[in-house]
Amino acid sequence: MRRLIVSGAIALAALVTGAGAVAIAAGTEAHPPKRSWHFQGPFGTYDRAAAQRGYQVYAEVCAACHSLSLLAYRNLMELGLTDNQVKGLIKDIVVPDLNDDGQPIERPARLSDSFRKPFPNVAAAAAANNGKAPPDLSVIVKAREGGADYIYALLTGYVPFDKLSPEQVKEFSVKKDDNFNTYFPGHKIAMTPPLADDKVTYADGTKATLGQEASDVTEFLAWASEPWMEDRKRTGVRVILFLLALAGLMYAVKRQVWSNKH
Amino acid sequence: MASSHGTPPVFNNKVIAWIDHRLPIFSYIEKEYHTFPTPRNFNYFWNFGAIATVMLVLMIATGVVLATNYTPHVLMAFDSVERIDRDVPQGWLIRDLHMNGASFFFIAVYVHIFRGMYYGSYKAPRELLWILGVVIFLLMMATAFMGYVLPWGQMSFWGATVITSLFSAIPVVGDSIVTWLWGGFSIGNPTLNRFYALHYLLPFIIVAVVALHVVALHVHGSNNPTGIDPKGPQDTVPFHPYYTMKDGFGVVVFLIVYSLVVFFGPDMLGDAANYIPADPLVTPTHIVPEWYFLPFYAILRAVPDKLGGVIAMFGAIAVLFVLPWLDTSRVRSSTFRPIYKWCMLLLVVDVVVLGFCGANPPAGFWIPLSQAATLYYFVHFLILLPVLGKIERPLPMPPSIADAVLKKKAG
Amino acid sequence: MASSSVPADGHGDPTRRDFLMVATGALGAVGAAAVAWPFINNLNPAADTLALASIEVNVTPIEVGQAITVKWRGKPVFIRHRTEKDIKEAEAVPMSELPDPQTDNSRVTDTAKKVRPEWLIMIGVCTHLGCVPLGNLPGQDKGPYGGWYCPCHGSAYDTSGRIRKGPAPLNLAIPQYLFLSDSLVRIG
Repeated sequence: MRRLIVSGAIALAALVTGAGAVAIAAGTEAHPPKRSWHFQGPFGTYDRAAAQRGYQVYAEVCAACHSLSLLAYRNLMELGLTDNQVKGLIKDIVVPDLNDDGQPIERPARLSDSFRKPFPNVAAAAAANNGKAPPDLSVIVKAREGGADYIYALLTGYVPFDKLSPEQVKEFSVKKDDNFNTYFPGHKIAMTPPLADDKVTYADGTKATLGQEASDVTEFLAWASEPWMEDRKRTGVRVILFLLALAGLMYAVKRQVWSNKH
Repeated sequence: MASSHGTPPVFNNKVIAWIDHRLPIFSYIEKEYHTFPTPRNFNYFWNFGAIATVMLVLMIATGVVLATNYTPHVLMAFDSVERIDRDVPQGWLIRDLHMNGASFFFIAVYVHIFRGMYYGSYKAPRELLWILGVVIFLLMMATAFMGYVLPWGQMSFWGATVITSLFSAIPVVGDSIVTWLWGGFSIGNPTLNRFYALHYLLPFIIVAVVALHVVALHVHGSNNPTGIDPKGPQDTVPFHPYYTMKDGFGVVVFLIVYSLVVFFGPDMLGDAANYIPADPLVTPTHIVPEWYFLPFYAILRAVPDKLGGVIAMFGAIAVLFVLPWLDTSRVRSSTFRPIYKWCMLLLVVDVVVLGFCGANPPAGFWIPLSQAATLYYFVHFLILLPVLGKIERPLPMPPSIADAVLKKKAG
Repeated sequence: MASSSVPADGHGDPTRRDFLMVATGALGAVGAAAVAWPFINNLNPAADTLALASIEVNVTPIEVGQAITVKWRGKPVFIRHRTEKDIKEAEAVPMSELPDPQTDNSRVTDTAKKVRPEWLIMIGVCTHLGCVPLGNLPGQDKGPYGGWYCPCHGSAYDTSGRIRKGPAPLNLAIPQYLFLSDSLVRIG
């Protein structure tokens, strides 16, 4: 048995070495720097104020091109807003619908409506954006390697053409009108730099720097990707504590039962 | 209680006695799960059969509930899975249990398989028991593969495309078979529908084969770490309470690890690209199957020929069917086989290495490494196993399980 | 199992052992019940379904004498803008003539206790066996009492939606509703 444990340790060591090799092999692109997020760790929660500011950034900037189709306006109440506050936020938003005669109309959005899509379909979105449809942002934080760190790095990772070194221009054949982003795979990204200092004016008086906007909208998108995360972690703590207690009792029972056989 | 072997149980409860006289389910439970004489020297590796059973039940229970909210249509599948996460009451919990349950089911079964190999549990008279186990493993792989297609993300779509395209390697009829599998000219709605139907069906066939597996197990009883058959009551204990309690403890410990992943890292075993809805026009830069297929995927890619790779991959599983006849040794347990033991442990490392090869792009040193690992895999089964059985000198074996236990306690 | 009452061969203090067994069994049972709940709860209405549990309807476009049908919780809801004649007829019916006696006033009161006799809002499902009665659309048979008429088994309702003739046992049901303004009503 002891031998077996030793061999298990050897197998595990092989596994860890292998994992190290994987990390080295993947090291060709710029990795987004690790940032600390309010929602990290086993007890992390979403920063409601940041996520609310992030919604403002989404609504005033991103929503012009990016849909958020898996969310409904009612979901905003989970960010700590009352239904009247949300109704206030969406009072100017209209969504497509059909009237009683089956004709397409636009009507004011209700809480139960999904977020308004900026384009009626993917083809229209691509046509309006030089052939590349802006991705839906509903699960974007889960859909990208690096998650929130990557989204933040991307939003703040633009380098203006005149700041690029001649080697970079040559290596990635960057032209004057291209958008160069340090963290985007291949560096040339269709999206023009979306955020800048004072792109929005925050209602709570927070200074709207580029970094602040990026961090807020990332917090909002992280929430949008997994609004149930806090419930998941809370349930997890309870389940683990319960199972530990049960394991302790089971072990005691097992020892009692086996006490005459060892 | 050990003395009650062979005598029919007497039920004091009149209702139970009445039923049992007509349908002897209680006698069966009593005989097979209570008084059943079981070797007294199991180590914790013997827990994994029970653990795998628990995972199977959990997968079916969560799967049936998920099916009540899932929509198998290319336009709605992705959103319906997200709706389960977002809107269905505790839907995220059921989905995370199911999604990670597949991984933990495979973990349990892989440990169970390697335990069977290390201790020679496949040898006479347990060859059919082993073969039924390999059938379960194959059915699990088919079920898991089709289940991974259902969320209809990018990895679902492209994984399905790549794996079903394997069959196009078959000469002459390959392309027709692939078209038949797809029900069209590419992976599409008919494919999603049939995969859903089969994903729902196969687990129940697994249950049936598991039942046969257990029946076969109970004919000659379990193997044990010494590989020596029990010679009398001093070598065995009744299954209940000894192993019910030990299995129960093992199951709970396993569930703790499982819960840590389900609640604190539900997406760590998955691929980020599967949160991008399937797009038939854009292939992800790096397609990988789920981790439990990676060793076989590495074998597929290690052979630089399309048909050859497919044959090698299926051969890697097929070789398990004939394992009982490839092993020529009279000794079951590797404990008493000084050379083979290390070959066996090397095989475990080899499969892990293959897994890493499968996870990485086939470039650089990964190519020769995966080829070397593939080579060892087949050398192990086709050369080492038959030859070592003839030339290896086994260590002296204790006369009985009881002796082995007493010796271990003294030492 | 019958013989499980016989203590298994094992030493140790039987009291302590029994306590351990009972405690473990009890904890296990609690766990099993806790696990069962998400499976049951999963089949309850989802958040997106609940979000549609109430709807808001703008009633301005409905002319006097007209009626519309809106879908609420998967069922038709009739909203009728009643004429003076409709209201008078409904109020004049003696209670003794009604199989399910209800005053007309009680059927046109919203949850804020405000009475609006011109607006009759009902679930358009016959209380007999669940068919949708005729009479809400122009040109449909309104039945002998000028209200609604169920084609399935001939139940006839009056201008207050009360059952007057036929097999249906009850008046057409009134959902909870509230006039948020003179033109906007929330149903549910």
